[in-house]
Amino acid sequence: MIRETRGFPSPFTPFKEVPPGNAKAAENPMLKDKARIVRELEKIIGPNGVICEEDELRVYDTDGLTIFKAMPDVVVLPSSAEQVAEVVKVCHRETIPFVARGSGTGLSGGALPLEGGVLIGLNRVNRILEVDYENKRAVVEPGVINVWLTNAIAPRGYYYAPDPASQIACSIGGNVAENSGGVRTPKYGVTTNHILGLEIVLPDGEVVELGGKTLDTPGYDLVGVFVGSEGTFGIATKVIARIMKKPEAVKTLMAVFENLEDASNAVSGIVAAGIVPVSLEMMDNNAIQAVEKGVGAGYPLDAGAVLVVEVDGPRAEVEALVHPITEVCKKNRVREVRVAKDDAERLLLWKGRKAAFAAMGQISPDYYVQDAVIPRTKLPQIMAYISELSKKYGLRVANVFHAGDGNLHPLILYDSRNEGELHKAEEMGSEIMKACIGMGGSITGEHGVGREKREYMPLMYTEDDLEAMKNVKRVFNPDGVLNPGKIFPTGAKDVKAGPLGQRGIVEKVLGHS
Amino acid sequence: MTGPAADKIAAGGFDGIDPPDTEIYLDCVHCGFCLPTCPTYLVLGNEMDNPRGRIYLTRAISEGRSKITDRFVEHMNLCLLCRACETACPSGVKFGFLMEAARGQIERNYQYPPAEKRFRDHVLRTFTDLDRLETLTGLLRLYQQSGLQSLVRASGVLSLFGRLGKMEALLPPIPDQRLRKELPEVLPARGQKRGRVGFLAGCVQRFFLPQVNLATAHALAENGFEVVTPKEQGCCGSLLVHEGEREHAKAFARRTIDAFERAGVDFIVVNAAGCGSVMKEYWELLHSDPVYRTRAEAFSKKVRDTSELFAQTPVNGRLRELPLKVTYHDACHLAHGQKVRQQPRNLLKAIPGLQLVELAESDFCCGSAGVYNVFHPEVAQKFLDRKIDRIKETGAEVVVSANPGCTFQIERGLKDRGLGVRVVHPMELLDWSYRGAMPPGLQRI
Ligand SMILES: Cc1cc2nc3c(=O)[nH]c(=O)nc-3n(C[C@H](O)[C@H](O)[C@H](O)COP(=O)(O)OP(=O)(O)OC[C@H]3O[C@@H](n4cnc5c(N)ncnc54)[C@H](O)[C@@H]3O)c2cc1C
Repeated sequence: MIRETRGFPSPFTPFKEVPPGNAKAAENPMLKDKARIVRELEKIIGPNGVICEEDELRVYDTDGLTIFKAMPDVVVLPSSAEQVAEVVKVCHRETIPFVARGSGTGLSGGALPLEGGVLIGLNRVNRILEVDYENKRAVVEPGVINVWLTNAIAPRGYYYAPDPASQIACSIGGNVAENSGGVRTPKYGVTTNHILGLEIVLPDGEVVELGGKTLDTPGYDLVGVFVGSEGTFGIATKVIARIMKKPEAVKTLMAVFENLEDASNAVSGIVAAGIVPVSLEMMDNNAIQAVEKGVGAGYPLDAGAVLVVEVDGPRAEVEALVHPITEVCKKNRVREVRVAKDDAERLLLWKGRKAAFAAMGQISPDYYVQDAVIPRTKLPQIMAYISELSKKYGLRVANVFHAGDGNLHPLILYDSRNEGELHKAEEMGSEIMKACIGMGGSITGEHGVGREKREYMPLMYTEDDLEAMKNVKRVFNPDGVLNPGKIFPTGAKDVKAGPLGQRGIVEKVLGHS
Repeated sequence: MTGPAADKIAAGGFDGIDPPDTEIYLDCVHCGFCLPTCPTYLVLGNEMDNPRGRIYLTRAISEGRSKITDRFVEHMNLCLLCRACETACPSGVKFGFLMEAARGQIERNYQYPPAEKRFRDHVLRTFTDLDRLETLTGLLRLYQQSGLQSLVRASGVLSLFGRLGKMEALLPPIPDQRLRKELPEVLPARGQKRGRVGFLAGCVQRFFLPQVNLATAHALAENGFEVVTPKEQGCCGSLLVHEGEREHAKAFARRTIDAFERAGVDFIVVNAAGCGSVMKEYWELLHSDPVYRTRAEAFSKKVRDTSELFAQTPVNGRLRELPLKVTYHDACHLAHGQKVRQQPRNLLKAIPGLQLVELAESDFCCGSAGVYNVFHPEVAQKFLDRKIDRIKETGAEVVVSANPGCTFQIERGLKDRGLGVRVVHPMELLDWSYRGAMPPGLQRI
């Protein structure tokens, strides 16, 4: 049995804090022996990189999805790969659970230390070690912020393609763990398509290299296995990433629609026309309101939906694509198609889109973001269904999403101060997930399963499927000390205790009740 | 939002005087967009020293889950209040107000160790009490002019004075105080009159940068403004607001409002970013003052940074060539605090012959941050080093700064590195351009 299936007492309720060391005393030596272990960690890192007081630790108890909270016993902030490995060795020797954390922008509770233990913050391991322009690759440490890489290589005309909307804040280590997507995904793929090699620290402290500097290495694609493992296979301490030459030309269009349905049909139309845009992003009116208040990107406030479409490539090709895209939009009753006239306008359109989640504070105290995937052709149906659900639950929804790959992000707006509203939001979220699966989609596109969606895994996989996945995990993380409690359902006990389970939502979705 | 929920949250571990506004926490969606723009996060590298973490810690106290502990105070005081996070935040979290309120709570409810308390009080009084500052400037000028400073510095005796000794190192050269007295209470407009403006002479700039005040007044007059510098004005209180001495700051704010109301002016012009920023926010500082609330609102609306005023009205008169290569440093309280970025650049571009080169990370704090460099010299030095590195890359011979704190800090950083780059205020450049003369040492070689 691996650790996280043991059903730890999971007292995670919204805005209630979990005391440090929430694992059973026998399992977590941190509770008996904290002072000794802290001393040892300080010896590795120095006192400035070890945090163990409750009033400081609390800032590490959550990530970008604030409905789950779990406090670590200790946070360590190493500055080098060597220090990471040393810390991991201590955790392994003492069987202390440990978890990696990048920038804490994750949206599935992936970086939460569910069983307490040691949280390893990688933000100080943040150097760009090497850029090889000729061979189009860069070697970076995991704490490098996604956009720093592009900023560093932009003067030479290069960029790093995967660009999650959170790229100004999230770390490349976190991107690797979550296999993050971005607004360029329709043409350039997700993180895994851009990672050539990795140096990782295995859960026993051994440092190994996966892949290498070339596009493909002989043998199994272990890099591919590691990318997207959500911090449960090891800690990436070096990332060899592909960098790309900026295309000759880029054009960004904003298409303004009266409603979501027309916009959704235009998305399908563009793809059906055989056009491969770099980006195909959609926002509904609520999202537009938030963005305009927050950053003023120039989206019309009275639009039902806005599509941001980008194409790139050789100049002639790019010019030639603008016309057919505009035609498809016209066929779908577009109100206006605006082509950004210069780089400043382009960047502003993107700034708006990328700030959309982060701007939700403008229109709502809290939001609960879904990450469901559907076949693109089902866009109009799911949009209609979500708006029905919104009426049923009396909660507003802002839709911001990667329409090009059918990856939805309905942001359910709620106010945690109102009794029962979070509960309604979660229930509504689960209905959306269920509907997406019903349409042949999935419960997560890019944010990961993490803590949040682990109980939903049986909706997609059979026991055997999950067992096969666990077998892969056992190869890397046999004792389950690294990032326990993630991805796999933990069984009824946890379902009851967790915020979704407590209210019987998961059982309802699973058809248990 | 008001109502019972809000009251309960406001209680917690804070008292009821200007508690941190719960609405501000609720605006924060914990996305982390502020992290990489926060200088202290980049340098200290932990979540307690970034805006998201600081909001979280403050909220925990508001909600009664935590208390004002030594460590809380440390992390709050390590904030530069540069407000770069506000520029980065798509949800519009007013972090500055939150931090100022939290520091107010700390000032009242936290017991600093006695020596620390004395040091803080001493520093704050020194910079905000004009009489004291006047005496001190006189003495300091004597100290520098007599050659005593070189003697003392060489002797190493300063190290015996601990932090006060370190403060000595931050001391800028004190100019001849006769310059200060050249600024009349009313300077008539030249040419066609465009309006009557009140001028904040400030504390530090009045004594340490009188040439900037004079240049500002002359440039304004040259542009048709009658410049009134009311005698009764004192310190605007900005340092005090930043350091949490809110009640004291409110008294200063009321005095400032009184002085400028009496002067009957169209605008209140400020050439120090830190002062301008706080004066534009008097409405917040005095929001619970029944007498001054509306007056503060009216006052704040009239406050303009010098460069804003010049953006409103085209620059008058004949500007002469100023063959200089300059770079512009965005003072935090101008760029982040007042959202004034383009106006000073446009003003510089209007000066013939002047070449403006952009400074990388121009809006990254230089570490001066009011008296931050006095309270946290080691951390402040890291920001300064970074700023000087960037300045060096530009190859500029002049750095333009519209805030006295930044000016001294950057000047010192340049000097320590042996770089012969000057730091000047945009108004000085404008004034020089009117006069067609630059001070010695700046003529092109
Ligand atoms: C406003 C906003 C917009 C977003 N937009 C997008 C988007 O467009 N596309 C998208 O895909 N995601 C998006 N996200 C989600 C999030 O930014 C990504 O999942 C990101 O990759 C997380 O990076 P991080 O550094 O914050 O990781 P964290 O949240 O700190 O950690 C995430 C997971 O990665 C693991 N981890 C971190 N570092 C390492 C390492 N070095 N080795 C092994 N495991 C590690 C952690 O253990 C955890 O399981 C968004 C989030 C926000 C708040």
